[in-house]
Amino acid sequence: MPEPLLEVKDLKVHFPTHDGLVKAVDGLTFTVQPGETLGVVGESGSGKSVSFLTVMGLISRKSAVIEGQVFFQGHDLLQMTNDELREIRGAKIAMIFQDPMTSLHPFYKVGDQIAEMILAHEDVSKKDAARRAVEMLGEVNIPQPEERAKQYPHEFSGGMRQRAMIAMALSLNPDLLIADEPTTALDVTVQAQILELIDHLQSEFNTAVALITHDLGVVAEHTDHIQVMYAGRIVEEGTGDDIYYKPMMPYTWGLLRSIPRLGHDTDRLTPIKGAPPSLIFLPDGCAFSPRCPYVFDECRLVQPELLPIDGRHATRCHLSYTDRQRILDEEILTSS
Amino acid sequence: MTTVETTPAREARRSGEPLLRLEGIVKHFPITRGIIVQKKVGAVHAVDGVDLDVYPGETVGLVGETGCGKSTLARVAMRLYDATAGRIVLEGRDITDLKGEELRNLRRDMQMVFQDPYASLNPRKTVGTIVGGPMRLHKTVPRDKIKEAVQALMELVGLNPEHYNRYPHEFSGGQRQRIGVARALALRPKLIVCDEPVSALDVSIQAQILNLLSDLQDELNLTYLFIAHDLSVVRHISDRVAVMYLGKIVERGDRDDLYAQPRHPYTGALLSAVPIADPRLAREKQRIILEGDVPSPIDPPSGCRFHTRCPRSRALAKADPQVSEPWMPRCAAEEPELTPFSDTQIAACHYPLDRPIIPLDPS
Repeated sequence: MPEPLLEVKDLKVHFPTHDGLVKAVDGLTFTVQPGETLGVVGESGSGKSVSFLTVMGLISRKSAVIEGQVFFQGHDLLQMTNDELREIRGAKIAMIFQDPMTSLHPFYKVGDQIAEMILAHEDVSKKDAARRAVEMLGEVNIPQPEERAKQYPHEFSGGMRQRAMIAMALSLNPDLLIADEPTTALDVTVQAQILELIDHLQSEFNTAVALITHDLGVVAEHTDHIQVMYAGRIVEEGTGDDIYYKPMMPYTWGLLRSIPRLGHDTDRLTPIKGAPPSLIFLPDGCAFSPRCPYVFDECRLVQPELLPIDGRHATRCHLSYTDRQRILDEEILTSS
Repeated sequence: MTTVETTPAREARRSGEPLLRLEGIVKHFPITRGIIVQKKVGAVHAVDGVDLDVYPGETVGLVGETGCGKSTLARVAMRLYDATAGRIVLEGRDITDLKGEELRNLRRDMQMVFQDPYASLNPRKTVGTIVGGPMRLHKTVPRDKIKEAVQALMELVGLNPEHYNRYPHEFSGGQRQRIGVARALALRPKLIVCDEPVSALDVSIQAQILNLLSDLQDELNLTYLFIAHDLSVVRHISDRVAVMYLGKIVERGDRDDLYAQPRHPYTGALLSAVPIADPRLAREKQRIILEGDVPSPIDPPSGCRFHTRCPRSRALAKADPQVSEPWMPRCAAEEPELTPFSDTQIAACHYPLDRPIIPLDPS
């Protein structure tokens, strides 16, 4: 295997609060290979955003206890000073956020905001930076980029703002693009445009992408490798085919059975019972055990390890492989 | 394993009178200029001539992009906005111009569930007050029986009746949406308009609310007008689906027919844009990416309103050497009528689709 672009090892992000210690991320280990698209799925509170904000160095150590290692191209980001991080952030790792309405500054022209980013990292003239900003706007298919660069964010539609964000993120040709729910606030048609654009730019610039989303459809169509997160940990990871056709973890089953899927006519959806656990009072054993229909004694006591099934397909579950295979065949696949 | 009802049952349901009939609904919002003397300088054509029947006990899904008039249409139907033109008929009675007392009484028959359970519940009132509010206002339940009635409703929607005195912030998003549903049910309405009721919820909670809505429909014989942008959710819950674009219905049909073979290129594009949680099916689908955003409803395009973005019209124009415009001239010149493709499906297009977008089995 080539050296991974990003290697996160046993990352823990705990927030001390008045009510107790919130374990937002609790032992997260994963890698992103150069040029690949990693899909990160999970519900609100599963730690998917916090873990990538930590990678970006956007979680302050003043408010959180951060442990573990985050190697980016061989260097541990968590050991870097702020100045060193600033060199990497934006230039080598860029991020786009869910809400393009709030992530652009309303007082500055869109072109100037992109140019500012280029000026901050490279020794170029203002004129060159402005010219490159216009080029990037053209690259993300914004019509009449020269005029558009002179406009303010409120003159852009939601989809165009997200395009402008992508233009800004990619203007320095980063090695890793973190997209945190980039299309959740958009219409399906615009979502399709944006995802297509990310796919296209990724193949053009060979950027690795971490696509964070709660939408199992989005990851199915646009990612190489998927990790399912629950209560701050990965509970299952694998290729799209692994996750959708051979899922081996009760939480993944629950997710797949609780969404209406085109091509799967189910009489009733099967919701996962209960609600996600409090991140302050996590269960002793498997975090999913209170909601798991197949729970047994060991689950409540011992935290399961993330163990490989084959290749990069791995799960965190105490049930034996044969039991899970049987449940999958008899109950899960037949019902959808 | 399908939700598809047998056709006779549906026919029986449909042979009766519609519960709600919308005829030629137009809603224009005037744009005015001037501070003292206001002059009308234009209008937002939010809804522009919509006919829609909703039959008792069915769920009609209404889909389309932001700004295509779905919510406006629903609000006109509920008499929250006055229609610029057209007729609203509820159970055979024209309610278009009802006023005062009569209009207030009408509210009993139609209720609404809103998208954002965080914004649609008053944070300073208890659940009991919120859900009991409509009963107090309409005096449908004697004052001393209200608590009992509210608790029964809470039980019905899967809330713990003991939480009667709690405030909305003490509940999770899914539970809040249950409160919203309970409030909508308080007056035993016939029609409930659900405006994106699950889009703000987490996936596992979505399923709970969708199941709740279908259970309540079976138990109380409710009729839903279900507005959503998620076409997988709409397919799951609806019997029939209407697709809106820039204030008009461009296609309408039985759920399975419409998804198996959309006729209007806009329906096709919407369907193609839905991310499918099934990698194989996703690989097999036709990829259609619409360009740009919905044009301004202040000055909608001529002819077929979709022609400026229509991939079908563009492809045909490209293939035809005699056409110099980027789209077929007929699309820009002539507004297509809604024409039937089967007993159950109508679409307004000069060059309708003839190939499925996603290989789904029709019913």
